[in-house]
Amino acid sequence: MNVMQEMWLVAAKDLRIEARSRVTLQQIVPFGLIVLLLFAFALDPDRGILKRVAPGLFWVTVLLAALLAVSRSFGIEADNGARDGLRLSGLDGAAVFLGKALALGLQLLLLEAVLTACVIVLYGIELNTLVPLVLATVTATIGVAATGTLYGVLAAGLRVRETLVPLLLLPVVAPVLLGATRAWEAAIDGIPSDAWPWVALLGVFAVLFTTIGMLAFGPLLEEA
Amino acid sequence: MRLLKPQVSTALGWLSLVSLVVLALFGLWGAPPDEVQSDAQRLMYLHVPMAWIAYLAFGVTALASALWLWKRTRSSVWDRVAGASAEIGVLFTALTLVLGSLWGRPVWGIWWAWDARLVTTAVLFFLYLGYLALRRVPAPPETRAKRCAIAALVAFADVPIVHFSVTWWRTLHQQGTVFNAELSAHIHGVMAFTLWFGVFAFTLLFVYLLDRRYRLLALEEQREEREVDQAIAERIGTSTAPPAPPSPPTPPVEVGASG
Repeated sequence: MNVMQEMWLVAAKDLRIEARSRVTLQQIVPFGLIVLLLFAFALDPDRGILKRVAPGLFWVTVLLAALLAVSRSFGIEADNGARDGLRLSGLDGAAVFLGKALALGLQLLLLEAVLTACVIVLYGIELNTLVPLVLATVTATIGVAATGTLYGVLAAGLRVRETLVPLLLLPVVAPVLLGATRAWEAAIDGIPSDAWPWVALLGVFAVLFTTIGMLAFGPLLEEA
Repeated sequence: MRLLKPQVSTALGWLSLVSLVVLALFGLWGAPPDEVQSDAQRLMYLHVPMAWIAYLAFGVTALASALWLWKRTRSSVWDRVAGASAEIGVLFTALTLVLGSLWGRPVWGIWWAWDARLVTTAVLFFLYLGYLALRRVPAPPETRAKRCAIAALVAFADVPIVHFSVTWWRTLHQQGTVFNAELSAHIHGVMAFTLWFGVFAFTLLFVYLLDRRYRLLALEEQREEREVDQAIAERIGTSTAPPAPPSPPTPPVEVGASG
């Protein structure tokens, strides 16, 4: 099997578990929705504040939900010695990384699609220029999925995993929040030229951390 | 188990203390007050060298982590250097932020500004705070060293991206930050000397602290090993064989001999 086939194998495994357990769909997505609702309680919805800051709120919500998704992604490897199985499977470390990141990324995209619909409905924003918006979302999601998977395996098996991963992950993905929010703002304002530098930055972030993850995942999985 | 010879370390400690006293004299009385900011500007002689040490320390952490990961130079020395340096880095980043805030209040009238450098430094602080938290998680030495070395390099790789994103963010939306004229402005000879001397004094302090922290980490590891050996010996002693001395006999650790 080559790396791509191995990647699909791992991704399909994670997605199959999700299809049967529906944790992302029934717990993480509703969590994102309630956070969006709470933002409306915290900020006065009548004065147009929500509409102005909607991209930032959206991406903060995505990051918070991503923390749960990362926790879930490595939680399913914690039981029944699944991590040992993964280690003994003989799959390439880089392929396992790509597979887990892919499954995580696809689940995040699903979450983002639902949350986008809610932001449109609840906060009253209009999406004008779709191409930069979609590209920014996809590149940002790749970046979050790559760093999330990397830190997920780094902290896998540690007793303080749940509290350590947010502290490690959030500062690292701070540029993703910045870039994705600015790109969304530019796209919503209908100025795509302002969005492209941010999309490029998100792309660099995604490529950099996917590369690091492919190199580091194997050695980290051995130790976890 | 040591970075520097005890005599060198002690001498370095005294030298950095004397340098810091000299720096204080120059900073408080030697250098003239600033034309615009008057005495508040004197904080620069601490603030800038501390920021320099913070960056230096994170650079050392990244370098040591890379040296640990490279198989030909792998040694627990680099793991300890990385950990010791990161601790100093986090401390000085925090001091940089606090001092900067204290300086900003009288000069800009605010404690905090969303300036690119401030925000980058704040993110840096949290990046390495997470790294220190990871270091504190107990694990076999080899496992922990590998995990931490990778985490340090990931954090380091993130720094330029954080810097660029924050710089773009603040310059696309806000023209001209408070910092623009800072060091490009003409600077009085004594002031420049004091600033450079501050960098020198704090670099000495950094090397001294790094050596001391390294020594402490090494001693802690030694103690742990000895305790494990002792526990094993006691176990063996109570169950089967007559009480045996801890094997292998470890040399007494000279605490305090080096200061």
